Amino acid sequence: MNAENRKGELAELKAQLRQLAGSRAPGVEDLKRELYKKVINYLTVGIDVSSLFSEMVMCSATSDLVLKKMCYLYVGNYARGHPDLALLTINFLQKDCQDDDPMIRGLALRSLCSLRVKNLVEYLVGPLERGLKDNNGYVRSVAAMGALKLYHIAPSSCIDNEFPVTLKALLLHDSDPQVVANCLYALLEIWSMEGNSSEAALREKESLLHSNVILSLLNRFKDFSEWAQCLVLELVSKYVPADSQETHDMMDLLDDRLQHANSAVVLATIKVFLHLTMSMADVHQKVYERIKAPLLTLVSSGSAELSYAVLSHLHLLVMRAPMLFASDYKHFYCRYSDPSYVKKLKLEMLTAVANESNTYDIVTELSEYAANVDVTIARESIRAVGKIALQQYDVNAIVDRLLQFLEMEKDYVTAETLVLVKDLLRKYPQWSHDCIAVVGGVSSKSITEPKAKAALIWMLGEYAYDMNDAPYVLEGLVQNWAEEPFPEVRLELLTAVAKCFFKRPPETVKILGSALSYGLADANQDVHDRALLYYRLLQQSVEIAERVINPPKQAVSVFAGDQSSEIKDRIFDEFNSLSVVYRQPSYMFLDKDHRSPFTFSEDTGSSILGPHSPEREDLASDYDARDNALLLSSHEKEDSRAVSNGSHGYNAPKSQALQQDPFAPIPSSSSPTQPVRPAQASAPPQEPVSSSAASPLLAVDDLLGLGPIIPTEPTPSVPQLNLNPKPALDPASFKRKWGQLTVALTLEYTFPVEALHGLTRPQPLVRHMQSNSVQCMASGNAPLKFFFFAQLSDAAPNTGFFLVELVVTTSSGHASAKIKADEASMAPGFADCLRSALSRFSA
Amino acid sequence: MISQFFVLSLRGDNIVFRDYRGDVPKGSAEIFFRKVKFWQGEEGEDAPPVFKVDGVNYLHVKVGGLLFVATTRVNLSPALILELLQRIARVTKDYLGILNEDSLRKNFVLVYELLDEMIDFGYPQTTSTEALKSFVFNEPVVIDAARLPNLGPAALFIQGTKRVPGTSVTKSVVANETGGRKREEVFVDIIEKISVTFNASGYVLTSEIDGTIQMKSYLSGNPEIRVALNEDLSIGRSEFGGAFGGGSMVILDDCNFHESVRLDDFETEHYLTLVPPDGEFPVMNYRMTQEFKPPFKVFPVIEEAGPFKAEVVLKVRADFPANVTANTVALRLPLPKTTSRMSFELEAGATGQSTDFKEANKTMEWSLRKIVGGSEHTVRAKLTLTQERNVNIRKEAGPISMSFTIPMFNASKLAVRYLQVVKKSKSYNPYRWVRYVTHSNSYVVRV
Repeated sequence: MNAENRKGELAELKAQLRQLAGSRAPGVEDLKRELYKKVINYLTVGIDVSSLFSEMVMCSATSDLVLKKMCYLYVGNYARGHPDLALLTINFLQKDCQDDDPMIRGLALRSLCSLRVKNLVEYLVGPLERGLKDNNGYVRSVAAMGALKLYHIAPSSCIDNEFPVTLKALLLHDSDPQVVANCLYALLEIWSMEGNSSEAALREKESLLHSNVILSLLNRFKDFSEWAQCLVLELVSKYVPADSQETHDMMDLLDDRLQHANSAVVLATIKVFLHLTMSMADVHQKVYERIKAPLLTLVSSGSAELSYAVLSHLHLLVMRAPMLFASDYKHFYCRYSDPSYVKKLKLEMLTAVANESNTYDIVTELSEYAANVDVTIARESIRAVGKIALQQYDVNAIVDRLLQFLEMEKDYVTAETLVLVKDLLRKYPQWSHDCIAVVGGVSSKSITEPKAKAALIWMLGEYAYDMNDAPYVLEGLVQNWAEEPFPEVRLELLTAVAKCFFKRPPETVKILGSALSYGLADANQDVHDRALLYYRLLQQSVEIAERVINPPKQAVSVFAGDQSSEIKDRIFDEFNSLSVVYRQPSYMFLDKDHRSPFTFSEDTGSSILGPHSPEREDLASDYDARDNALLLSSHEKEDSRAVSNGSHGYNAPKSQALQQDPFAPIPSSSSPTQPVRPAQASAPPQEPVSSSAASPLLAVDDLLGLGPIIPTEPTPSVPQLNLNPKPALDPASFKRKWGQLTVALTLEYTFPVEALHGLTRPQPLVRHMQSNSVQCMASGNAPLKFFFFAQLSDAAPNTGFFLVELVVTTSSGHASAKIKADEASMAPGFADCLRSALSRFSA
Repeated sequence: MISQFFVLSLRGDNIVFRDYRGDVPKGSAEIFFRKVKFWQGEEGEDAPPVFKVDGVNYLHVKVGGLLFVATTRVNLSPALILELLQRIARVTKDYLGILNEDSLRKNFVLVYELLDEMIDFGYPQTTSTEALKSFVFNEPVVIDAARLPNLGPAALFIQGTKRVPGTSVTKSVVANETGGRKREEVFVDIIEKISVTFNASGYVLTSEIDGTIQMKSYLSGNPEIRVALNEDLSIGRSEFGGAFGGGSMVILDDCNFHESVRLDDFETEHYLTLVPPDGEFPVMNYRMTQEFKPPFKVFPVIEEAGPFKAEVVLKVRADFPANVTANTVALRLPLPKTTSRMSFELEAGATGQSTDFKEANKTMEWSLRKIVGGSEHTVRAKLTLTQERNVNIRKEAGPISMSFTIPMFNASKLAVRYLQVVKKSKSYNPYRWVRYVTHSNSYVVRV
């Protein structure tokens, strides 16, 4: 329908509606229905029919429910954009709110609350108050949601009229389970948002975890709809039972939920079980055993979409308890009918459950998939074989598979296999003879994929002794320099030729010369720079060049790229959420203002943290973690894609660095798929160091592990106490120490006015303190709060620590610090350091 | 909570659209559809059911050739949203009788009515077909049923229809029958999907049965129903699983139940008691890895027959009783990429069989409209190759995948002994239908 036609149609509709508005002729309702349907249809397909607003409202004076509902639908869609017109509807909606029929009362109330027009709020309060007291459960449940809608339109109106108080009362005492559920939805949301500015609201939210609320919900648990059950279970998973008896009672009560056909209920129950038993190792183990069968049933009985959601959770579980599914590996064999997203997850499951006893079967199965017509799955299967190979030690079996793959003579299979062999060699150099024999037969001309070609070239350089014709193959490649489209390959070629030169100089010297001259003329900056570097190194001294370019290597024991355990723990805390599917904690993919209302600890942390409440340690740790999250996010956001992309095993030099110093700025790898070099290898010169990094030296040194670092900023005025510039303390130990130690000293400090604008977020101060050998464990923004730690430079491991909690009132610049110390006698000296470090902070 | 709910056709047309929170920009449906259609830049790749674009999370399920989608900005349980989407699809089907683009377009106002009660402000409310009845005032426009085969429940199994049995009936829970009064009847379907992988020597590598007991009730007055299962049923594989009992025992690995099911007498008497809600729902899902006799055995022969020639012989044998007939059987065999031409030779007097060579993906297809239990069928094919190969040709072919439907047969031997409708009146004797059907899920023969 073109614009002209549409205009005509709308005008016609308008006229027809007008005509019918006043009519009382028989059959007029049917005509109206037809017209309304047309309007709603336009609305659905995205045609703007707001011009009909007044006619629609005029026609709505009807007792016909079907018409009424269509009218409500229409009004709900356009009221927000046309507040003046919305006023027209208030009248009839308010009237309907007092209808005899509870259904009409409910419908009208829902529509009234859905108008989302701010200046109509005054008309809402009365009907809502009446609705919450209505004798009909349907109306009350609509009203409970209505109160939440009111909060979103006008928070103060909702709070001032004490709707939360009413909702809380209904939550505990209403007879209708849906009313209870809606009250809980509403309260969680209202108090989470209020909690951003009010301590009292945080306490209110916290009170939902009080045992009387939890028990009242659990006592009537089976009355709830399955969706409401999920809601209650999510709340219960945050609850800390008084004793182990209570834990067991709760688990008994909920046990049959594991037999539920709805996977959401089952997963929510599992979350409760896992979290309740966190501190009871033996029971926790039994929970794993108990949940296994129900989860496997959900994987195979549900739709592909649900299999995917459940398998994502299985993957998380199997990473925590690898033995769990070791004997059930056949469940993860791919099925012909599985969509590729399920197949990929199953391949990852197979990789994860592989152990000595089942590897043979699994690898045999995976080899079948390598011949699969689906190229993506075939590739993934070979990668999976590679990952399993890296975990195992049976060289012969693996080499057999490799031969098999190469025999298939499919280019993508060969390509994946070469990459696999390269990684194997980096981990098990002792296998070089077997592997090289396999690779020797592969012609470099038949490989087109850059990753595979680079892998082959790397092997030619690295194993130039073992591969007789290495120099000649390299020569051929150098001669075709201009035809090689991928800089990645040309870079590798430069290095390989150089390495080959050190090993077999007479045969290679000429090739090296031409490679360098091609490289210096290369249009690609990285290639050019590397060629120049090599050239100058070689000019200086061949020995030095060799030490830089071709140092003796150590086998890689662990490939970076696995997620840090901290991140895994955070994902585990967020069991049964999108985090599990994305394999990212929520702070990595959600805006702060869209966090789930269930994140209790992050909001309540400040009120419960401290030595007075050791029983709440777990929550405190969440708070710490959340603060870590806040801090980490700035570094990691740009890289989060790479982290999450777990199917590539090699992409995260940064997480290796993270483990050592979670807050060091990270050089961003130029190519996320480029493998990490063994520690002593030449620093890949093409990796630019992030220019925004505050202390790039620190980061580079960390990455290469080259021992003590030079503090970037000498600290002349703080010599009394020598602090370890790079202390190591993991969050768990920090938490423990913080709980054990008492406050040795408190320190008050006021930042000068000019420093204040550096305190709008935590990072600047964190970096500043880092340069003063005071590391940050966690920080948070509202209020601005930090946990720092430092260590005496000559202290034995795990001693000589100072822990600091620093709270800054950003408006005044006033800061107060609590200092705890392993050696309390040293605390005053440290306080001086801290004060002087703070005094040197400027934005 | 979810921000939006919408239903798209496979062409990307908006059929139903509802915004609950106003926090996701308009155009999300287009963003979603583009992403799904060209997942990772490739057409034809399956997009995962959960993904995010610019801070908006998109969750979807495919049902009846339609995409049911929810968007959200918060960190919800993906299982909950996907279950909810599937429930919405099922409830809609309960009301419309048939769920497809056409029926949805004709009934979108009714669908909005349902949606408004199922989700409020993004939070799930009631999704029970029965409870929703009192909120729905639009009459469903039942789409042209004449194009569909006769709906007599038994007819479904006699005819070799393309329609999936087990979706039982296509009548709406609210629409009135043409005859005026509604017929008192209840359907219980035992639907099994079987997965078997044979290795190249014909041995079973893995096998599994995923079953559902599905019910659809049109009984008035919500009577209680008892479904009695095999007496020799046991659940949970013991250490000696299947070693005793001589194979007559039915041992399920695990199962789960609809929430209306009471299990008081399940352990001892093996019956499920429930008051069935309206609409179609799974009473019980189960999973079985106990060995069973695969219904079909396939004997493939692939040989070189000269420098540029090869020969394929496929023989399939139906290992089930002669009073059972499988229908819509198809076998697919991927062939070497160098295959350029094929000629087929069916057995003498073959009816209802067809063969095809799919040039695009070099796959041969053999379809048989029906196979009677105990019978054997063979097809021979000659291949012309463009290249002389020294590698074993078998390495480049296969695996064979087979699809079929076998009505009135279930491989697990799980059975409904009786179906009892508990009602006071003696004259009350509603129609009770118990039907079995087995589908192939993943039936793979390696060569």
